[in-house]
Amino acid sequence: MIFLDNLVNGISLGSIYAIIALGYTMVYGIAKMLNFAHGDVIMMGAYIAFCALQYWNMPPLVSLVIAMAACTVMGVVIEGLAYRPLRQAASLAVLITAIGMSYLLQNLALMIWGANPKSFPASMISIPTISLFGGELKIAGATLITIVANIVIMIALTAFTSRTKTGKAMRCVSEDRGAASLMGINVNQTISITFAIGSALAAVAGILLCSSYPTLQPTTGSMPGIKAFTAAVFGGIGSIPGAMLGGLLLGVIEIFGKAYISTELGDAIVFAVLIIVLLVKPSGLLGKPVREKV
Amino acid sequence: MTRAKRNRLIYNCVTFAVVIIAFIVLQGMIENKTITRALKGQLIPICCWIVMAVSLNLVIGISGELSLGHAGFMSVGAFTGAVISGWLLNAHGMENETLRLVLAIVGGGITAGITGVIIGIPVLRLRGDYLAIVTLAFGEIIRNLVNVTYIAVADGHLVFSFLKKNVPDGARMLVDGASGAVKISKISTFTMGFILVMVTLIVVLNLINSRSGRAIKAIRDNRIAAESMGVPVTKYKMMAFVTASVLAGMVGALYGLNSSTVVPSQFTFNQSINVLVFVVLGGLGNVLGSVISATLLTVLPEVLRAFADYRMLVYAVVLILVMIFTNNPTIRSFADRLLAPVKKLFGGRRSDKGGAQA
Repeated sequence: MIFLDNLVNGISLGSIYAIIALGYTMVYGIAKMLNFAHGDVIMMGAYIAFCALQYWNMPPLVSLVIAMAACTVMGVVIEGLAYRPLRQAASLAVLITAIGMSYLLQNLALMIWGANPKSFPASMISIPTISLFGGELKIAGATLITIVANIVIMIALTAFTSRTKTGKAMRCVSEDRGAASLMGINVNQTISITFAIGSALAAVAGILLCSSYPTLQPTTGSMPGIKAFTAAVFGGIGSIPGAMLGGLLLGVIEIFGKAYISTELGDAIVFAVLIIVLLVKPSGLLGKPVREKV
Repeated sequence: MTRAKRNRLIYNCVTFAVVIIAFIVLQGMIENKTITRALKGQLIPICCWIVMAVSLNLVIGISGELSLGHAGFMSVGAFTGAVISGWLLNAHGMENETLRLVLAIVGGGITAGITGVIIGIPVLRLRGDYLAIVTLAFGEIIRNLVNVTYIAVADGHLVFSFLKKNVPDGARMLVDGASGAVKISKISTFTMGFILVMVTLIVVLNLINSRSGRAIKAIRDNRIAAESMGVPVTKYKMMAFVTASVLAGMVGALYGLNSSTVVPSQFTFNQSINVLVFVVLGGLGNVLGSVISATLLTVLPEVLRAFADYRMLVYAVVLILVMIFTNNPTIRSFADRLLAPVKKLFGGRRSDKGGAQA
């Protein structure tokens, strides 16, 4: 039963990574940039939900909507102010700007909410723990919600990118930006929409993350951010199912590594697996191999 | 002498002159006691970050590989240096601080170089963002491994243990897992920092302008073309990568021996990113730029102490604004037009260095 317990925990953690990784992979696929500030948008989302719940006494669902709306606005503003002027610049310059943005968000949070960790209220997800196999396997409400949310988001996002006009425009821009703009697609607007979706997902991820691991501080987002980025690369960056698969696998590997090999070396094991996978399949699990032209 | 050759010579001379003059001025200030305490404490870290930035520039600017794990090599050097210095002092009673420092730096360089070879073999097969993420992963793995390493001196011998602390009673801990290297005797000197900066500049500038350096740049500009001209790609990529890791390891030892404790969490991904910021802000492939930006950005947070709580916030805003102002095509062409008369005055030397120049 310990095995099943770990598996459920792994899938839950992996679902959180997967939702964060979706934000990375969509932005990478369309804007061809690594948005390092994504992890910090997660942290901001969690803080806003925390405020809504704790200080303004909002019901959980309203808090979720507030956090998502605030993060969406934040994502679009960040993109418009910091990344849009650098659309034609070298990718490293955009990367450094994103890092600067990450510092900015962390320090804003530090200024507003202070360095002391806040305890995320358990009232966010008020679903009782489920007992299976006569109480031998307990699944916490937060875990269940995380897994369900992951599946719903996955289905919704796939439908969105394959069925709607905006989704098709997004795929066009990621395929060939120049050709897309010749076909009358508003590239800047499409990129803004991508950032909006990614940031709204970040708010969801932040709330789910803090419901399972309730310590909230300005650096909460950075490590999950890096891991989710790893997950996106693991699954093949730019691919939506790849981000899902990468996130889930990474979460499961991390929990199993911590449980069966060594608690301290959990992160090292995750990264070692990543390196091995990339050596065997350099473009990630579901990534398309890039043909080189002479 | 061709024009390009002359320009290169001038550039190298200016780079060395800037560093030497800065050293002489600072040394004079130390002797006159006109230097502020805050600045004096910053001197060795500044040397360390200059070497880190220049060596990372070799990997990113010259060799064109985005490495996000450079702090890992610094970490290897710092802990090796602390162990060597502690071992020589406690087991062999070596009192000579300069000799111990030199041996620690050499040791740090060697271990970091070996780590560089081990990491370089798999990593350099990958490209672009994948290479970046794998170097990041290696940096984190190094930190994790140091976290569970215990090294002590007992009866004149080094005792290693891994995962579990397993040392005899009365042993003197040198590296104590997550608490890092403890009770280090602080033996780093500013002069040694200056020497390391000079060594780094000599090595990197000579490498860039040598036959190997041209091969490395050819691979960066067009790997396939270079390969078809018979340039062994892996060999030259490894050369740049391992040289950079040796330099980072050497300066890591200096950095480690500059404080009484060093913890593995000092060398996280964020630290690698900091060095990357120095490199990009100074200009990719521009060695003098790295020196200047590493100095300014190390001093800047101290200068911003006046802003107290806001200083990192201001730092972040400055970073973003500088990146936008130096990289936005509209703003750049505007600035070029404004600066055109000034450039004409100085003979209009065309800069052939790519990247952002701050």
